[in-house]
Amino acid sequence: MSQINPINTVEDRPAITLLSDDDNTGSLEVASQWRLIWIKFRQNKVALFAGVVVLLFYVVAVFAEFLAPTLPSKSQPRLTYAPPQSIGFFVENEAGERAIQLHVNGYGMTVDPESLRRSFTVDKEVIIPVGFFVKGEPYELWGLIPMERHLIGPLNPKDSMNLLGTDKLGRDVLSRMIYGARVSMSIGLIGVFSSLLIGTVLGALSGYFGGWVDLAVQRLIEVISAMPTIPLWLGFAAAIPLTWSPLQVYFIITLIVSLLAWTGLAREVRGRFLSLRHEDFVTAAKLDGCTTKRVIFRHILPSLTSHILAVVTLAIPTMIVAETALSFLGIGLKAPVVSWGVLLQDAQNIRTISSAPWLLVWPAGAVVVVVLAFNFLGDGLRDAADPYEH
Amino acid sequence: MITESCTESRTSNKKSLALSVEKLSVDFHLRTHILHAVRDVSFSLYRGQTLALVGESGSGKSVTTRSIMRLLDSQARQTSGRITLHSENSDVVLTDLDPKSEAIRKIRGRRIALIFQEPMSSLSPVHTIGSQIAEAIRLHHGGTKKTAMESTTKLLEQVEIKNPAEMARRYTYEFSGGMRQRAMIAMALACNPDVLIADEPTTALDVTTQAEIMDLLKRLQESRGMALLLITHDLGLVAEVADEVAVMRFGRLVEGGAVDDIFHAPKTAYAQSLLASTMRLERPAEARASRQLDDDSPMLSVSGLGKSFGIVNWRGKELHSTKAVEGASFDLYPGENLGIVGESGSGKTTLGRMILRIIEPTAGQVMYRDAQGQMADVTRMNRKALTRFHRDVRLIFQDPFASLNPRMTIKQIVGEPLVVNNGMKGAELDARVAELLELVGMERSAMERYPHAFSGGQRQRFSIARALALNPRVIIADEATSALDVSIRAQILDLLIDLQKRLGLSFLFIAHDISVVRYFCDRVLVMHHGRIVEQGDAEMICTAPQDPYTQSLISAVPNPDPRHKRMINRTRFISS
Amino acid sequence: MLGYIIQRVFLMVPTMLGISIISFIIIQLPPGDYLTSVLAAMADSDVTFTADQIARMRENYGLDEPMYMQYIQWIWGIVSRGDFGYSFEWNRPVSELIWERMGATLSISFLSLLFVWAVSLPIGIYSAVRRHSIGDHIATLFGFLGLAIPNFILALTLMYVSFRYFGQSVGGLYSPEFVEQAMSWPKFVDLLKHVWVPVVVIGTAGTAALIRILRANLTDELNKPYVLTARAKGLPEHTVILRYPVRIALNPFVSAIGWVLPQLISGITITAIVLNLPTAGPLLLRALVAQDMYLAGSFILLMGVLTLVGMLLSDILLALLDPRIRFH
Repeated sequence: MSQINPINTVEDRPAITLLSDDDNTGSLEVASQWRLIWIKFRQNKVALFAGVVVLLFYVVAVFAEFLAPTLPSKSQPRLTYAPPQSIGFFVENEAGERAIQLHVNGYGMTVDPESLRRSFTVDKEVIIPVGFFVKGEPYELWGLIPMERHLIGPLNPKDSMNLLGTDKLGRDVLSRMIYGARVSMSIGLIGVFSSLLIGTVLGALSGYFGGWVDLAVQRLIEVISAMPTIPLWLGFAAAIPLTWSPLQVYFIITLIVSLLAWTGLAREVRGRFLSLRHEDFVTAAKLDGCTTKRVIFRHILPSLTSHILAVVTLAIPTMIVAETALSFLGIGLKAPVVSWGVLLQDAQNIRTISSAPWLLVWPAGAVVVVVLAFNFLGDGLRDAADPYEH
Repeated sequence: MITESCTESRTSNKKSLALSVEKLSVDFHLRTHILHAVRDVSFSLYRGQTLALVGESGSGKSVTTRSIMRLLDSQARQTSGRITLHSENSDVVLTDLDPKSEAIRKIRGRRIALIFQEPMSSLSPVHTIGSQIAEAIRLHHGGTKKTAMESTTKLLEQVEIKNPAEMARRYTYEFSGGMRQRAMIAMALACNPDVLIADEPTTALDVTTQAEIMDLLKRLQESRGMALLLITHDLGLVAEVADEVAVMRFGRLVEGGAVDDIFHAPKTAYAQSLLASTMRLERPAEARASRQLDDDSPMLSVSGLGKSFGIVNWRGKELHSTKAVEGASFDLYPGENLGIVGESGSGKTTLGRMILRIIEPTAGQVMYRDAQGQMADVTRMNRKALTRFHRDVRLIFQDPFASLNPRMTIKQIVGEPLVVNNGMKGAELDARVAELLELVGMERSAMERYPHAFSGGQRQRFSIARALALNPRVIIADEATSALDVSIRAQILDLLIDLQKRLGLSFLFIAHDISVVRYFCDRVLVMHHGRIVEQGDAEMICTAPQDPYTQSLISAVPNPDPRHKRMINRTRFISS
Repeated sequence: MLGYIIQRVFLMVPTMLGISIISFIIIQLPPGDYLTSVLAAMADSDVTFTADQIARMRENYGLDEPMYMQYIQWIWGIVSRGDFGYSFEWNRPVSELIWERMGATLSISFLSLLFVWAVSLPIGIYSAVRRHSIGDHIATLFGFLGLAIPNFILALTLMYVSFRYFGQSVGGLYSPEFVEQAMSWPKFVDLLKHVWVPVVVIGTAGTAALIRILRANLTDELNKPYVLTARAKGLPEHTVILRYPVRIALNPFVSAIGWVLPQLISGITITAIVLNLPTAGPLLLRALVAQDMYLAGSFILLMGVLTLVGMLLSDILLALLDPRIRFH
């Protein structure tokens, strides 16, 4: 045995050099589950940002009527497949002075002498002044409050502003996108909610009755998850009678989408529930004299909720994509309902896409951004869902 | 054949240096802070000698061994120090070698070998045992697959694995815990290393298996003249096998020297206290002696209790069944501490849980005499009666991290039985919870905090407070102290004894650790393969057991006194 | 091992039954039955039937029997005679229409699976071993994008990009001049020129998912003690990683067949519609829109069965790869 360090001071903790100043261990001691989750989630900047993006999309969906420059159904027969205009900030008057004036440029039309097809180009000479909170097409906010102010629009209601271009009927793509956000984003929420409902009810049934009920539910989950989803969606969606109203179709599509998506949720929840059931603290609660109800609601469910939240967040984008795909194929939502999938229907053949790429780019971009945001958000939530693992 | 190239320097004098560590410091760069895991640690290893590196969890023992092998993970930085591997011809400074270099790879496995704590996870689950050993042989000595397999078989034979050629073709999960550790040793010895590092090699094993493995290690060490660095937290094991001891705490080496000096003349306060808390558990608690047991009729009477887990075929017909517990009969008297001792798989935990009917027994009965003197059979109780029974008989769990709901405050956890059973709330609840916390030596301010704010020992106190909330009569403590460090363990046991005196409790104390039972219990049951093989006075069973299994069990327990080795000279039990 | 396979096959039966029931429900879902469709078509061509004739036809087709009998007859037809029913739109038995299309579906799915494996294995290993390196961040970003972009949008985008910038149409499996020709070397080359688009489109999501799974699993495995054991033996780092943790992290790769395959078949359905490939997808959509239900139901049934067989194969492979599963 060689040298021994002469230690006279009594140490009672491991030696540590702190790297960050905020030593908030004191406040952590009284931090509840949700605060700990928030603290952990907050560190994931990407997920935080994704959360903000998702929130923004929902804000757009909620205030669609006000945010859209015009009505989604308003067609301009003289402006079909018009390209996007960009917003300019300065105009030059006759004297050549520059002044601040929000504006877009008007369109000039050329006719192809051979095919006689009209095509529009942005004409730099024509200035269409644009302003905020302008009067435009009258609408009812949430179908209740009659209004006619729009967040942004041409100062003269007769002028046309199409920031993202127009479609084959000359309808404003931006307005349609904004209205589409309402349908597409809400289908995700309602779909996930009904999935959760189906999953919870069936999960509870199989858990409560056990035995063959449990077996049947498990088999059902197995069967549904073994089926390729898109053919099944197609199968169910194609059976929707053509005579149904758009609202009925909307709900039935949501139901179809959630009918097939609940299995993943149910499996996740069931798995966690079963593993929690054998945790020591649950046994302790039983021995404390808790009724089954109290054990489930007070001791097991609080441990589950954060995980459920994460799983649900990750399931929403699947629903959105499903609706988009079905509507794109023409067996989901149909006009006059506007969703991103319905918008993409216009972008089905290569000729349209190549002459009016904005019909593909914007709706597809919106879908991708939303799906990406939900995935990042869900991932962040999942990582933060259990703040107690080492 | 294997050994020729590594055996150059076997003919050394008695104290020839094998490895020296000088002023080693290792930091861990974590997200919020730098942990100085090892600070200025120095020691030397000699051929044929065993150095035990002792310390509680987090003392930096394992990090030290990883540094020797240059196997630190990416967060760790060695900030200073020098580690030298000595041989007769030349010395190699390991700390000068790049962890990825070929030079260090030639030393790993060949001149320094490592054995880990958890043999299951330390061996690959998808390769056969033989192929994992043969791989090391071929890596350092070349040769064909066939010769390597022959050497492997020989090695397995040396570590006393029966039918070695056949077992070499088996997978890890087909081996028992002890056999896995033997295979691990065979792998480590494959190239006849100069230095063997054993990191808690027997912590995951039962005492009798531990004794066998340590026997084997000692024998192989002596025959090969290896230097052995034994990392452990068990002072008993140290006393049994070590020549020298180094005590670590919070990354520093606080005391070192010959084993006899450390045990009989420790210099530093820490070594003294560590030794004291170990030694204290080597005899009955003094506080217990003053108690008087007056009532002579049992309050809990278990007879013929059994549990069999049947394997049923698809028509519900039983194919065969395993009996976890069979025909357990015993009595628990008021104010008594009854210990249930056994190794893993002996059925002791199942027995404890059957009494509470967390696991439903398949045979036998449990008669309980309540405070009014009414007798009732627990196994036939309805839900309501069972809830009443659970108020009187409470359970304390082994794992203080799993048994407290992390999402509830201490007040909610400790108060839960009061809320559920007595509908207590508001100031009354606050007062009672505060009283309970005081009883277990915790402050009132703990109430609003969550379990994650507390250490294992503190959490176990809350567990006890919860158990006491309803003024119970019996407490079943299932390995209640085995997850704790030795110094904390003694504190918790003393708390339980103190509480018993004040509240007149009876304890059913389930443990695998004989010394804890001896310290705490009046009477002991010994379980083996689901049966109670012996029961009687605790002191008698611990000093003069009658049953052959108990004899082997007791004698396999390491004795923390290097002058009286017990484990090495133990009684062996040939299992039927 | 044989016992294990038999047990797996046995377990498949109820699932198979479930899938067939769902397919049959889809067949029955649209209002009216097969005969209504036939009669409507006949009426279009001015052929009318008396009520008596209709009743007889009903009996002939077995349509007056209870639902479960119709189901049993349908299944029995498939099992005993390979008779999937009759496509009223094409006026041909379903079985004549279905096999060629299913063959193309299967081939493209299989190619996509190979693509998924070939790409995700090296990237996944790299990502896990070099965590938080630039390459890992790029792979992660690619992974997220791959998961976020729906198949059909990716297909449309690829179509647009190749049309716009390469002046090439990527739809179909062959250029128009080859479609009617017999298989030849130039035709095969032409096939290769076309087939990569659907393979990439369909495979991207699965690749992204597998990279993430492999990265997560391998990261876990890399911290396991047996890796340290292997290092302590003195093995070189790449041997350590490839022989031990990668070997174990491969399990999800094999079991991936089970869940990647339904995804691929799903993906190919919609991608094929966009890219106009001669696979089951476009025919299925057409059948659904025309409510040609026996054809549609048969496609759905076969796609379900195909994934089940894939799962069975993955289970067997997994058992071969991992001795722990074999012995339980």
